[in-house]
Amino acid sequence: MIRLTIDGKTTEVERGTTLLHAARFLDIKIPTLCYHPLIKPFAACRLCVVEVKRSWGMELVPSCHVACQEGMEVSTGSSHVLAARRLVLELMLARWPNVPILRKYAAELGLEKPRFASPLRDEREDACILCGLCVRACDEVVGASAISFAERGIGRRVATPFNLESESCIACGACALVCPTSYIKFEAEDHRGKPPEFLLDPNTAIYMPTAQAVPKVPSIDRDSCIHFQTGGCQKCVEVCEPGAVNHKMVDEEIEVEVGQVLVAIGYDTFDPTPMAQYAYGRLDNVYTGLEVERMLNSTGPTGGRVLLKNGKPPRAVGIVHCVGSRDENYHRYCSRVCCMYALKFAHVVKERSGAEIYNFYIDMRAFGKGYEEFYSRVLNEGANVIRGKVAEVVQAGWSKQKEGALLLRCEDTLIGRFREIPVDMVILCNAIEPRRDAEQVGRLFGLSRSPDGFFLERHPKLDPVATMTDGIFVAGCAQGPKDIPDVVAQACAAAARMMATISKGEVEIDPVRAEVMEEYCSGCRVCSALCPYSAISYVAERKVSQVNSALCKGCGTCVAACPSGAMTGYGFTDRQINAELEGVLAV
Amino acid sequence: MSRNGRGFEPRIVGFLCNWCSYSGADLAGVSRMKSAPNLRIIRVMCSGRVDPSFILRAFQLGADGVLVAGCHPGDCHYQEGNAKALRRVLLLKRMLRDFGIDEHRLRLEWISAAEGERFAAVSTEFTEQLRALGPLVLARRAEVA
Ligand SMILES: Cc1cc2nc3c(=O)[nH]c(=O)nc-3n(C[C@H](O)[C@H](O)[C@H](O)COP(=O)(O)OP(=O)(O)OC[C@H]3O[C@@H](n4cnc5c(N)ncnc54)[C@H](O)[C@@H]3O)c2cc1C
Ligand code: SF4
Ligand code: SF4
Ligand code: FES
Ligand code: FES
Repeated sequence: MIRLTIDGKTTEVERGTTLLHAARFLDIKIPTLCYHPLIKPFAACRLCVVEVKRSWGMELVPSCHVACQEGMEVSTGSSHVLAARRLVLELMLARWPNVPILRKYAAELGLEKPRFASPLRDEREDACILCGLCVRACDEVVGASAISFAERGIGRRVATPFNLESESCIACGACALVCPTSYIKFEAEDHRGKPPEFLLDPNTAIYMPTAQAVPKVPSIDRDSCIHFQTGGCQKCVEVCEPGAVNHKMVDEEIEVEVGQVLVAIGYDTFDPTPMAQYAYGRLDNVYTGLEVERMLNSTGPTGGRVLLKNGKPPRAVGIVHCVGSRDENYHRYCSRVCCMYALKFAHVVKERSGAEIYNFYIDMRAFGKGYEEFYSRVLNEGANVIRGKVAEVVQAGWSKQKEGALLLRCEDTLIGRFREIPVDMVILCNAIEPRRDAEQVGRLFGLSRSPDGFFLERHPKLDPVATMTDGIFVAGCAQGPKDIPDVVAQACAAAARMMATISKGEVEIDPVRAEVMEEYCSGCRVCSALCPYSAISYVAERKVSQVNSALCKGCGTCVAACPSGAMTGYGFTDRQINAELEGVLAV
Repeated sequence: MSRNGRGFEPRIVGFLCNWCSYSGADLAGVSRMKSAPNLRIIRVMCSGRVDPSFILRAFQLGADGVLVAGCHPGDCHYQEGNAKALRRVLLLKRMLRDFGIDEHRLRLEWISAAEGERFAAVSTEFTEQLRALGPLVLARRAEVA
């Protein structure tokens, strides 16, 4: 440790600490321009000068760059220091009179008008003051080195090689982030970079998935993390005191042996882009249900406020039910939760923004306990409900007043009229659909799916959580659209079923099973290739096939295929079926 | 039931899978849908259980047509028994020609448990088609008999 005195206060710091850090540690303010805590000091602007006592007298040094030494005596506010800082600012203001950060420091130092005039005078507020932070961020932190200083002396400026669009730029935006004057701006180009707005997605490379995330730790998005693109940066590692950030972590596969599985993989939501009439992704302020959930979340991007893209609250909001549900062209089924969450939106949006609400429904399905009552409440709160499908969402017009406003065209089937309703925001209550990987998951567990794509239960009334594969259960939206109370009830039922099997200690199987009559089996193994449950194995010693009756479901595919008639299926043997044939054709 | 000329009532054997088509037939009945009464149903667990020899045996025993019905592709309770049935039926149709049996006398249909209406339509339509084809006459059978 090193002891030194700053403005009369004695402190101890670690070797290598700069004077600037030591002073900030003591809460002593020193202005800086070309310094950034995550970038190596550069000492270009000299605004951070302080006085250090040497044997030969007082010396002015840049505090951002000079390391503390044992017994140093430092003064950060002497008239000498202030005069030096004023001079630095006077010179800079002569060239860049309107840059806010320079003016702010000048005001703090009581500097009103610079004494000098410069032929390079640049009136812009966002002029480049040549601090070099961007160049160093791009080189040192990002490792892309896409920009650097070009030319010398009065021609010096920040540029890409030959002023051409740089191929090394990875559009990370670090340069714009560190620029103290906003000279560098980050704008999305059509062909590269990220959209300027990340309203509903994480907007940093390392982020907490949600405020209630389990486990509550941030994760790194490899696609936007600079380290995974250039090998540089790792600033998160530097600032994380417990040392928890590890870029070398890889996905692990962990094998767990279980006897039963509950498949509750949930749902995906329907992408309304193909329904071009609803303009999702084409017009601003047209959102899907999940996006609005994000917006209404108090830990979400808008802190729970209902806002348009221009940051203003909406005056009128249209909520469209059944988008992609109950529609011959998309999903024929009813998604079951949309009417109720649409009414929830009507209530919450009205409460938070005071906007006029229009709900467009085909049939209002307020089917559960307390739901009809909630519907009445929303009606009493003044929501307008219109029975009819929305035909299209279009831009309202081009006048200044109508800018950004949307027009909903629909048929109001209760009054038998076409209507046009102006709104600022449209919420599409898009359908619930099977998860995109339901087919693979189904194959993995031997599950069938109903024509709508959701997993099929063994029996809709008598066995609603079991499946055709013993030991595999389904619950939640994986089995069909439903709301949270129903999901929880179903999940509890499935868990109870699984517990029952565990406590019983044995399993019952159906009597319909296949069996090999070994004396006829030639060991051709035609059967084993056909079995969808891999129930048939080959016994090498006896050169015959064998059915594992715990795995066999009794479909009989192997029985039909066995060329030797060695495979037989209880309840449906060849003899039984042939006898039936004789019977039905007897008359 | 006369086996020739007018008033001919075809005899049809239907192998219906337990999970879809048999339930579909059940639904047609429960919903009181009208359909031709010519189909004699044999329940199998899956259309994949239908051994082609059962179909030949049915023709041999005097059936004029055979219907094999299973779940829609992708819906088989045993994942893909219906795909096996499809393969077997297509191959058997080629053999039927060699036996001198019109391949239209064998029909494969996908009927789900919810498609009672479709079941009724298929059985009626198949009956009409067989009525038009007339009774199946097997030369060899005549000899043996
Ligand atoms: C816009 C909107 C608003 C809604 N509002 C309400 C409401 O107000 N009230 C209400 O009751 N319901 C509401 N719902 C319905 C509610 O979201 C669902 O009922 C509920 O989320 C379904 O729960 P689940 O567990 O079945 O599925 P999910 O919530 O989808 O959970 C499935 C989980 O499984 C995980 N998973 C998926 N595949 C795998 C795999 N292969 N391996 C391991 N894990 C996997 C997923 O990551 C996910 O965490 C709303 C739905 C929408 C779309
Ligand atoms: S198909 Fe029949 S003969 Fe061939 S291995 Fe299987 S049981 Fe044995
Ligand atoms: S009856 Fe079906 S499930 Fe059982 S062993 Fe044969 S092919 Fe496999
Ligand atoms: S901040 Fe220290 S020289 Fe610029
Ligand atoms: S169970 Fe119906 S075709 Fe397989």
